[in-house]
Amino acid sequence: MTTTTTTLPVLRSPLQRTIRLGLGRVRYEVRGYFRQGDSVFFTFLFPVVFLTIFSVAFSNFDFGKDAAGHAVSAARYYLPGMLAAGLLLTGTQNMAVEIAGERSDGTLKRLGGSPLPVFSYFIGKMGEVLVSALLQAALLLVVARLAFQVPLPAVASTWVTFGWVFLLGAATCAVLGVALSVLPRTGKSATAVVIPITLVLQFISGVYLQFSQLPVWLQNVAAVFPLKWLAQGMRSVFLPSGFSAIEQGGTWDLAGVALVTSIWLVVGLVLCRVTFRWIRRDS
Amino acid sequence: MTNSDPVVHVRNLRKTYGGSTVLDGVSFDIERGETFALLGPNGAGKSTTIEILEGYRDRSDGEVSVLGVDPRHGGTDWKAHLGIVLQDTGESGNVTVREQLGQFAGYYSNPRDVDEVIAAVGLQDKATTLIRRLSGGQRRRVDVALGIVGRPQLLFLDEPTTGFDPEARRSFWELIHRLKAEGTTILLTTHYLDEAAQLSDRAGVIMGGRLIDVGTLDRIGGPEARVPVVRWRDASGAHERRTDHPGAVVAELVRAGGEPEHLEVVRPSLEDVYLALVSEHEPAPQELELSR
Repeated sequence: MTTTTTTLPVLRSPLQRTIRLGLGRVRYEVRGYFRQGDSVFFTFLFPVVFLTIFSVAFSNFDFGKDAAGHAVSAARYYLPGMLAAGLLLTGTQNMAVEIAGERSDGTLKRLGGSPLPVFSYFIGKMGEVLVSALLQAALLLVVARLAFQVPLPAVASTWVTFGWVFLLGAATCAVLGVALSVLPRTGKSATAVVIPITLVLQFISGVYLQFSQLPVWLQNVAAVFPLKWLAQGMRSVFLPSGFSAIEQGGTWDLAGVALVTSIWLVVGLVLCRVTFRWIRRDS
Repeated sequence: MTNSDPVVHVRNLRKTYGGSTVLDGVSFDIERGETFALLGPNGAGKSTTIEILEGYRDRSDGEVSVLGVDPRHGGTDWKAHLGIVLQDTGESGNVTVREQLGQFAGYYSNPRDVDEVIAAVGLQDKATTLIRRLSGGQRRRVDVALGIVGRPQLLFLDEPTTGFDPEARRSFWELIHRLKAEGTTILLTTHYLDEAAQLSDRAGVIMGGRLIDVGTLDRIGGPEARVPVVRWRDASGAHERRTDHPGAVVAELVRAGGEPEHLEVVRPSLEDVYLALVSEHEPAPQELELSR
């Protein structure tokens, strides 16, 4: 096709082009996400709403004391779980429902007919999750601090832990969301397929229910999935160090958090690579 | 590929789903700069054909090349030269018309000016409106705009004017004439035969997965189908005569009984030719008789 390629300004390398288009997609996706009222409520604000309800409802409950003998408030107790749940909601739940919808309403088909690289599309989705999860975590922390006087860590190394748990968690949840998006047959059935999965995970992983009070076999089931570990990593950041005694194994086990979450990240990436298609072929 | 190679080359294209055959040996070429209309009833295989050419579907057998590439192996470089207007779209459209076109324009190396494209499809007043707030016909115009924003060499238009009002259809036709003048090759499917007649150079008629005729618009259906018809009315009722010499017939009528009432000399339109072709190949003619 010599007649046509001569007119094209092919100056950028394919990788540069992929990344440039991917970053453009991030902007586009984030804008679309925040214009979608229902997803903003059910995935973005949901953890904030629950943190508020639990903090108020259980304000007289005894959640234990920190090293200085101060009672741990309900807000402080639930904040780590809500941060972890936020990653699951904006990452897995929102991604799976959103992409299933895009697959059935023709968005992916249109993109598949355009020269947009698949990888740019992924960068866009990952960026959407990262930006919305960051804003969500910031909002949770602000509400916890200002409305419920939750003490935040003063040590830099604790914030480093928060950083890697957050980033690893966001990436893993996003990738699993993309992988999960192939399950629903239609966009309309997507919430019905996806929400039960994420809801069960939240209940068995120590988000709403105190993890240490679950039967051991259920704790072991939850330990297969990443949410339990993300919640545990977040608890290590925001709860007094003495609380590690009631975790499985009696420690925060941050190595376990990193290991199990990383395994799911790899599993998710492989699933995306193998299952993601612009359209269901020959459907 | 050189300039003289056909832009689209299809030979003995077959497509089967399970046991049923959807396309059964379809062959045609589309030359550079040509507008080719693929006509046929619903379910005849038009969209299957077009989606195989676009790379969305695999074929079961046969030979296909689009811009010199087998669509099964067409990568992003190949897609950069295509414009695709799909038959049905129902995107949620949480972006404005200009945002959407700006986003897609970025995928191409030499896109058209976004505002020019918006104006070309008549949506300049809606440029900052969210796509989901547009009417069906306006959304369809966004589809067309997205199809042409990348300055494609080959444009696929699958029933592009569904939901257009007559005025929008006229301005769409003007837009297509401009694209043709710029040398764009176009593959069009439509149910509006006047549209096909207005826009295309050649047409193929597909029925039951087979191409029953293909040719230039003044040839398709054969000379027989184009014989003019003289219609008139007299005391004994309505009359109709097919003749190659309508002038002589009219002169004879005038000589015999003066000015005939409701006189018409009609050259069969593409629609007449098409309907004759389709009914000739119709497997179940009983239904047609019932409706008369």
